[in-house]
Amino acid sequence: MKKLMKGNNALAEAAILAGCRFFAGYPITPQTEILEYLAKNLPERGGHFVQTESELAGINMIVGAAATGFRAMTSSAGPGFSLKQEGISYLCSMELPAVIVDVMRYGIGLGNIVLGQGDYFQAVKGGGHGGYKVPVYAPSSVQENVDYITLAFDTAEAYRTPVLLLSDGAIGQMAESVELPEAKEHDPDKYDWTLKGRDAAHPTGRKMTDRIYYDFKYNEYDPHIRERYGKMEEELQKWEEIELADAEVILVSYGISSRVCKEAVKLARRKGWKVGMIRPITLWPFPKKAFEKTNQTAKAYLSVEMNACGQMVEDVALYGRGVSVYSYPSGRVIADPEVILQKIAGIFDGTEKEVF
Amino acid sequence: MLQQFIFAGFGGQGILTAGLLLANTASVHGKEVIWMPSYGSEMRGGTANCSVKIDDEMISSPFIKKIDYLVVMNKPSLDKFLPQVKEGGTVIMDSSIITDAPEMPGLHRVCVPANEICEKLKNARGANICMLGALAGSSDLFTKEEYEAGINDYFAGKPQFHEGNMAAFEEGYQCAKGE
Repeated sequence: MKKLMKGNNALAEAAILAGCRFFAGYPITPQTEILEYLAKNLPERGGHFVQTESELAGINMIVGAAATGFRAMTSSAGPGFSLKQEGISYLCSMELPAVIVDVMRYGIGLGNIVLGQGDYFQAVKGGGHGGYKVPVYAPSSVQENVDYITLAFDTAEAYRTPVLLLSDGAIGQMAESVELPEAKEHDPDKYDWTLKGRDAAHPTGRKMTDRIYYDFKYNEYDPHIRERYGKMEEELQKWEEIELADAEVILVSYGISSRVCKEAVKLARRKGWKVGMIRPITLWPFPKKAFEKTNQTAKAYLSVEMNACGQMVEDVALYGRGVSVYSYPSGRVIADPEVILQKIAGIFDGTEKEVF
Repeated sequence: MLQQFIFAGFGGQGILTAGLLLANTASVHGKEVIWMPSYGSEMRGGTANCSVKIDDEMISSPFIKKIDYLVVMNKPSLDKFLPQVKEGGTVIMDSSIITDAPEMPGLHRVCVPANEICEKLKNARGANICMLGALAGSSDLFTKEEYEAGINDYFAGKPQFHEGNMAAFEEGYQCAKGE
């Protein structure tokens, strides 16, 4: 049966249902309900909740819990998400599965607590050091918060990688009817790579560390990294297509902005305009397979996102090669369907300026 | 058909809960619904608002530009949202707080002295439910029984408030019906 839930609460409940039994993090708006919910519910259901002294402690506790095979999660927003980057790089180097949630807020530095989509580069292009990549899921509804947090844990283990869930202040705060999945029990001892102490096969115990710091397998390192990320890039792309068959102008938008774009597509179709949409669900890997098809047919891409200068638009230009690319970064306020229509009209009559 | 609501008032009046109760009623009865709170530097005594969208089909955008039903419990909220109410839309206000409301040509204006009513009921914190009752009485979205089911489902863990809540709801409902 469906149940009305706030996005943050639904995400937290879905994490428990997915078998997450360890959470460590620090409160910050607009994601604090995730901590509130887990503080109350996780201990009652056999898990551990730690409100850490800082975000750094939170992410590093996740490293420890993940190393022992537990399904572990942390969440943050804004400056708190910046503090987690070093730990995410370490999770990548140790090839540990974990889920990190960023409920995006708006602006640079402290910024503001209102919704925003300013963390695309940070999430997708490696917010920490060393050139890692992490799968990034971008939900656009409370139901997708549930669906993709569940998938995030599975993907994390299948590829032994941290996975990001890039939500935002609107999806976190709003309430919609959701269908929750069945509860799953996760066995932390089911993988052979986890730290379990000594046994016959490991008489001196196991170690878990950065692949080239103690192993000295320099020649194997780069091919291994390339194979690893190449496989994820090939296998994990996920997107939604709307009205693409005859679309001349294709909106590209993710998360909360894609909701407004869906409305704009409906309004444009009512006018008889050939407008469609690609909604990336994985931001990394970017759904280039979707663009390989539409690059043959589309006249223009219009990237719509909620930040000041446009970020995803650079990937649209990269993968939409040969097609004109336009940008509508709506800034501090959510995109307006009427403005999207004006921009589409401008693309049709040549008055809107290409950005790439 | 898509219906769009704004609930607004002072922080602490329970206006966000009034919106949640409508949203829960819609959810319990199988409608598509989105509830979204305003948040920012709100505090007790400042203004707070939430939006609710209800439809039979999937709702794309959670944001509201035009309002079908405006439920307001203070003057600043009325001033802020009145220009967004659609032609033929409904404005329901707590007339024990908003005593100088303007005429509203082209709109359906419903005045309910929710605070006064709830003081008489010795349930001063029930004014938000009284306003929800007034919304129920001035629209045909859901029956009284459907609201009751939605409210009870929301307050499932607090049966001690059931009687007080339903009394406040009933008074608001009757008051709006009488207008």
